[in-house]
Amino acid sequence: MSNLQTLHAPVAKPAEQTAATPPAPSVSSTQARRRVLSARRSPRRRGSRTGYILPGAVLALAVGWALLPGVFAPADPIAGDAAVAMSPPSAEHWFGTDATGRDVFSRVVHGAIHSLSGALLAVTVGLVVGSTLGIIAGSSGRIVDDVIMRIVDVLLAIPSLLLSLSVIILLGFGTLQAAVAVGVASIAAFARLARSEVVRVRRSDYVEAAFGSGATFAQVLRRHILPNSTTAVLALAALQFGTAILAISTLGFLGYGAPPPTPEWGLMVAEGRDYLATAWWLTTLPGLVVVAVVLSANRISALIGRNQ
Amino acid sequence: MHYLLSRLGQAATVLLVAFTAAFLLLQAMPADALMIRFESPELGLSPQQIADLRIAYGVDAPLHVQYWHSLSGVLRGDLGYSIESGTAVRTILADALPRTLTLAGLSLVVAVLVAFGIAFAAGLSRFAWLRSALRAAPSLFVSVPVFWLGIVLIQIFSFRLGWVPVINPGPVEGLILPVLTLAVPISAPLAQILVRSMDAVSLQPFVTVTRAKGASELWTQWHAVLRNAVLPTMTMAGVLFGELIAGAVVTETVFARAGIGRITEQAVRTQDIPVLQGVVLMAAAVFVAINLTVDLLYPRVDPRLRGKVAAAR
Repeated sequence: MSNLQTLHAPVAKPAEQTAATPPAPSVSSTQARRRVLSARRSPRRRGSRTGYILPGAVLALAVGWALLPGVFAPADPIAGDAAVAMSPPSAEHWFGTDATGRDVFSRVVHGAIHSLSGALLAVTVGLVVGSTLGIIAGSSGRIVDDVIMRIVDVLLAIPSLLLSLSVIILLGFGTLQAAVAVGVASIAAFARLARSEVVRVRRSDYVEAAFGSGATFAQVLRRHILPNSTTAVLALAALQFGTAILAISTLGFLGYGAPPPTPEWGLMVAEGRDYLATAWWLTTLPGLVVVAVVLSANRISALIGRNQ
Repeated sequence: MHYLLSRLGQAATVLLVAFTAAFLLLQAMPADALMIRFESPELGLSPQQIADLRIAYGVDAPLHVQYWHSLSGVLRGDLGYSIESGTAVRTILADALPRTLTLAGLSLVVAVLVAFGIAFAAGLSRFAWLRSALRAAPSLFVSVPVFWLGIVLIQIFSFRLGWVPVINPGPVEGLILPVLTLAVPISAPLAQILVRSMDAVSLQPFVTVTRAKGASELWTQWHAVLRNAVLPTMTMAGVLFGELIAGAVVTETVFARAGIGRITEQAVRTQDIPVLQGVVLMAAAVFVAINLTVDLLYPRVDPRLRGKVAAAR
């Protein structure tokens, strides 16, 4: 209400100042409305199919790197040729070479398997443990629900990097440990989603009807709750996949992941840090690959969530 | 009052469970790390002295006695001793806190400015390409690894352009790049929720009325939309704090700055569990406190919620 009352006094000046192109306020208001509507609609219209193409291609390429690294990059990722050490990006070495003459592009390609399989393991840990906790919480009585959700509250109260570090300090360093640590940090998100989906679907009429016609909870879970929550869980899994790649590369950068000379993306950036002044390609290019993959995963997650 | 008490109780429960989990995990370790340190031959302690130390630290006491001892210690602010240096964890954290607070506080200010700039410009800009670029910026920011961003900023501003020295920088110069690095991941979720909430508010009838009364786009966005859209960002405070802590660990490592983040990184490297435990407990306590404050403040800030909360009580 106060908005409307104070509206008359100060509005004249800004309206004149900005009225250079739209002559009348009414025009600017319809423009604005159209703008709001188009902002809301246009991604949905476009996003149905075409939106998947670019991020999908990036992820497909990354998967290709992980599965068949030799096809995409024939150069050896571990053994280097000292004669070409520290050469900048060229037609021969797309991402340049490092201090021991190893081809950086080849290392990035061979590193894909570490990041992708680690992220896959992390999402699996989060998905399986989290969803199980969430489904138990959502389908049990109040006490079990309360106990599980308080544990989830604790997991949420600790910043995810600190949670991952707590797991790592217990399990030790390594690719596998880093992946599990990242997965533990995503349990809470999956648990909350699974619980809310169970509670949501459980309240619907057809589930009541299914119970009424004598179905057991396990049957209802399998036939109604799980199929109905697939999209939401998938969107979260895609989002967590991107987050996991980012988190695993962060742990690798801090030196808690795979040991050298493993071509892990975060570790590569950490190793290139000593040559910042002379060889920008050692840090910049592997990092750009991480950005592209994470951005694509996030984009696909957003599209799945929108089409829901 | 009842609402306040139940929220306080919930917050206390979360912290107690967090502490218990940390305590049990520590007990599950194969050998207590403190004793490994004292038993190393370098210190040259006799078996008698080691036995005395075991009694002094209470490692042989029954589990519930240790639990109670350790819990009452934490409640008094005693977080135990670092395995690595033997210093009290409380002292280590207190020494490191000011530098991290400076970094985090400045980054938060920059991040809030950036987020508001993005959201406001995205709502106001006349050009469709600029609007979509601004709307895409937060999701790009989320996808950028913080450690890489810091390195790229050093590369561009220190080595290419030579604007900011990285070797022996002054106190102010040394803060510029770390603050920028940390601000980016903080601004992203803030801008995302702000843009989303501005979209929602833009469709409200009172915004249409404001426009119908002849308000300019700038005035409408600033007075009618932004003011109402700011409220949901308050609920982000806890998440932002988590991002700040995680960002501080990486940023302080990249820029070799002393602080809580650096201590955390070193604690993990040397498997100094009491120190990490102290950091985690502190972070959890602050997170719970922030969320509690937001929950209690929200109805005060947004009059529409007062009735609902009262009804919920």
